Amino acid sequence: MDPISKFMVDHKIPIGAWGKAFFGFLTDNFDTVFRAFSNGLNFLLDGLVDILLVVPPVLLALIVAIIAWLLQRSRPLAIGVFLGLIFIINQNLWKQTVQTLVLVVAAATMAMAIGVPLGIWAAHKPKVYRIMLPVLDLMQTLPTFVYLIPVLTLFGLGNAPGLIVTIIFVIPTAVRLTHLGVVSVPKSIIEAGEAFGATKQQLLWKVELPSALPTIMAGLTQSIMLSLSMVVFAALIGAGGLGTEINRALGSRRIDLGLEAGLAIVVLAIVLDRMTRIGVGGKK
Amino acid sequence: MTVAVDFKNVDIVFGSDQAGSLALIDGGATRAEILEKTGNVLGCAGASLTVHEGEISVLMGLSGSGKSTLLRAVNRLNVVSRGQVLVKDGDNIVDVVTCDQATLRRLRQKQVAMVFQQFGLLPWRTVEENVGLGLELAGVPEQERKERVKKQLELVHLDQWSKKYAHELSGGMQQRVGLARAFATEAPILLMDEPFSALDPLIRTKLQDELLQLQAELKKTIIFVSHDLEEALKIGTHITIMEGGRIVQTGAPEDIVLKPANDYVRDFIANVNPLSVLTAWNVMRDSRDLEHGDNGWVWLDRRKTTRFKIDDHGLVAAAERDGKPAVWVSCADVEAQPEETAQVFWANPGTSLKTVMLAMHRSQTAPVALFDDQSRFVGAIGIRDVLSAVLRR
Repeated sequence: MDPISKFMVDHKIPIGAWGKAFFGFLTDNFDTVFRAFSNGLNFLLDGLVDILLVVPPVLLALIVAIIAWLLQRSRPLAIGVFLGLIFIINQNLWKQTVQTLVLVVAAATMAMAIGVPLGIWAAHKPKVYRIMLPVLDLMQTLPTFVYLIPVLTLFGLGNAPGLIVTIIFVIPTAVRLTHLGVVSVPKSIIEAGEAFGATKQQLLWKVELPSALPTIMAGLTQSIMLSLSMVVFAALIGAGGLGTEINRALGSRRIDLGLEAGLAIVVLAIVLDRMTRIGVGGKK
Repeated sequence: MTVAVDFKNVDIVFGSDQAGSLALIDGGATRAEILEKTGNVLGCAGASLTVHEGEISVLMGLSGSGKSTLLRAVNRLNVVSRGQVLVKDGDNIVDVVTCDQATLRRLRQKQVAMVFQQFGLLPWRTVEENVGLGLELAGVPEQERKERVKKQLELVHLDQWSKKYAHELSGGMQQRVGLARAFATEAPILLMDEPFSALDPLIRTKLQDELLQLQAELKKTIIFVSHDLEEALKIGTHITIMEGGRIVQTGAPEDIVLKPANDYVRDFIANVNPLSVLTAWNVMRDSRDLEHGDNGWVWLDRRKTTRFKIDDHGLVAAAERDGKPAVWVSCADVEAQPEETAQVFWANPGTSLKTVMLAMHRSQTAPVALFDDQSRFVGAIGIRDVLSAVLRR
């Protein structure tokens, strides 16, 4: 090794050690807090899954199809949703699918609940957005496995840490698309609102949000899709569902099991995507 | 006359170095110089203008002359750097530059409404929901809101379209929605920022006519921004010409056309047809400037072809043309008169120059007399007066 490189390596900045110390500090001092939070979240998620599994699968599939019809008023879509779910029941993957569904819907909902207000804030304050941007980039590009480890040490195994990593992964999309939607509101209609004496609140609720709605809804659809793709990774730290099946298939090189679980995820993705396309290219 | 809006030495600068730019303005720097030295953009400088109630005051200029900037100071869409913008608010006068947010909102909701060039309609709302926007923001109860919206839609002939979405309408119709939205708040002051510029010429003319009709009924105070002098001359009671952020000339339409203040204004009016602006009053020679003979006879023209005998009350007692007695006839009947040589036409001060010229043509270039409302003789127009007005010599 040349002397310059050697010098540099000898004086390595201990980023890894700092991070470890930081998480060590958290686990040493706030372990009970994190565990309590994790247990509570696990209880909620498992409870929801149990309630849904009490309903006969075919009846639940029918209910989802009816919800699809209510959202989109499209008969072909409702029939498609119903047939897709029947296929999953037929593949004997219903329980895992419900677990995944609960995780995905919870993650997407939480990500929107946090991401939309952040996106609005960033859109109103360009300085905030400039600070937020590198953090969002980090959240999206840091390999998933890297933050699985600290989340695992803080929250233990189970659905709760799975939910948390999924939310971390999905929030940037919700923030970015909300930001895009709000900054793209045409200046002319904002001025119209101001000229007629709108307060800041009225401007937000009556002008900016309705105008940004299609983009925000695209953010919801994207959040759901990203949550689904994250679920397979979340299974590595004990989140249940279809991801567990895929990991097991990978571990035991079972092509048949992998194909079945993979197709079930695809069906679920299509169903959720089509159901949540509200105001996106739909009715105008 | 009550003052509705009063601009007092308004300077508007866009940028961070307000103090530096204002100092340069005081030194009389141009927009280019200010941009070079401070990086700031001069919106307008030293603008003073008084708009009375019921006027249509038109701000004119090329793009970038600061006309829109000045207009948008009235409801503080643009922030004034220095000076006052006084707006009538019921019995009070409010300085928009310094008033608090609550007062500003009340002014925007109740006193000053605005119409935009690009309409500024909300595309996800129906026509009636758009028209009701101002009332909704001001917290008017739904029932009252619906009634007022319905009334406004009838006024602009859009009641059949109330359930349609804005984007389903043509441009002209969309701007009618914009007008109805502004009228619905019943604000006495109306700001119109090139409202008809985005429309095709036929629709533009039609909407100008409709605006004038509505104005005759509603008697609003309108500040209207335009880059089209024909439009300004047609609808304006007063015209203000701006250049590079500064006001160059303010006056009645015919003042602008007859007495342009500088070459910039002269260029502006170069292509305007004076016949569409000028009236008999603008071109006549006053009776005191005419050549008076014995016994109350007055020569109407320099060539001495026609003379009137004026009595003690200022009324015409007799007329002569080419030495023979003549009759005097109103210009209003010019089309109906048989073409006889021995007649002299008379006009009122408000008669258009075009009619006066027609009268001259029909009477073999006889001068046209001018009578006031009590039929008293006040002046005359000879052919040379007409020619010099048209040629602006």
